[in-house]
Amino acid sequence: MELTLLMYIVPSLIMFCCGVYGFITRKNMIAILISLELMLNAVDINFVVFNRYLFPGEMEGMFFSLFAIAIAAAETALAIAIIVNVFRMAKNIDIRELIKMKF
Amino acid sequence: MESLGNIIAYFIIALAIIVFSVMTVTTRKILRAATYLLFVLFATAGIYFQMGYEFLGAVQIAVYAGGILVLFVFAIFLTGKPGKDSEPLESQKKIVGLSAAVLTALVCGYALFTQVDMCMSLANQPIDVTINQIGSMLLSTEKFGYLLPFEAISILLLACIIGGVVIARKR
Repeated sequence: MELTLLMYIVPSLIMFCCGVYGFITRKNMIAILISLELMLNAVDINFVVFNRYLFPGEMEGMFFSLFAIAIAAAETALAIAIIVNVFRMAKNIDIRELIKMKF
Repeated sequence: MESLGNIIAYFIIALAIIVFSVMTVTTRKILRAATYLLFVLFATAGIYFQMGYEFLGAVQIAVYAGGILVLFVFAIFLTGKPGKDSEPLESQKKIVGLSAAVLTALVCGYALFTQVDMCMSLANQPIDVTINQIGSMLLSTEKFGYLLPFEAISILLLACIIGGVVIARKR
């Protein structure tokens, strides 16, 4: 039995779909951010696996994942700063209640 | 032919990814969602180690599991009662989310199973990505060098630090 390309892509696809589902259904802003991390992570796996299987001599996919991880960290830190600030102003991070800027 | 240990490790990792990512988005306690996300991130690091990119796996554990997860847990504790269950989902929203997820899975799955060579297996050449190589590529200005993205990331991180301080500080 051999570990083929597809065997790594399918878990990553399931992870991405879970992220999509959580992003749409969750109401807590932090839970939405967690779903976003799932999606980003699935994409990182794809970069690395395609790099390893299609171009084993090169490192482009690995570097792309490296930069994606750094950008994800920056994005999360900023998003959490915004969420903490929203909580301080509205005492709530439920997206259904935050409609002040909607209309 | 892969070694037996490799195959067992693969199945553990794949099962962990599938089970814990489903649990991350279905659990009703937000702190549990963060904990399951931690397991998913560790399993991802396991994939990186299995592929032979040890540095990337270490970065994944240090930055994601060590940094981002701690940030999440702090944010959860700062914004409300973590032990409380969230309310059950409205069925309409659940249907929208499920159909979006299933549609994504169908489209991507169709593309995968028709376009990708299914039995493509690992070329038997072992790769050796040394830290030395990574470091010199990150700072090289020649072809396939990554100096410009590296500097852009530095500026981005600086902007992110300043933005975080400005947004979250008490007025």
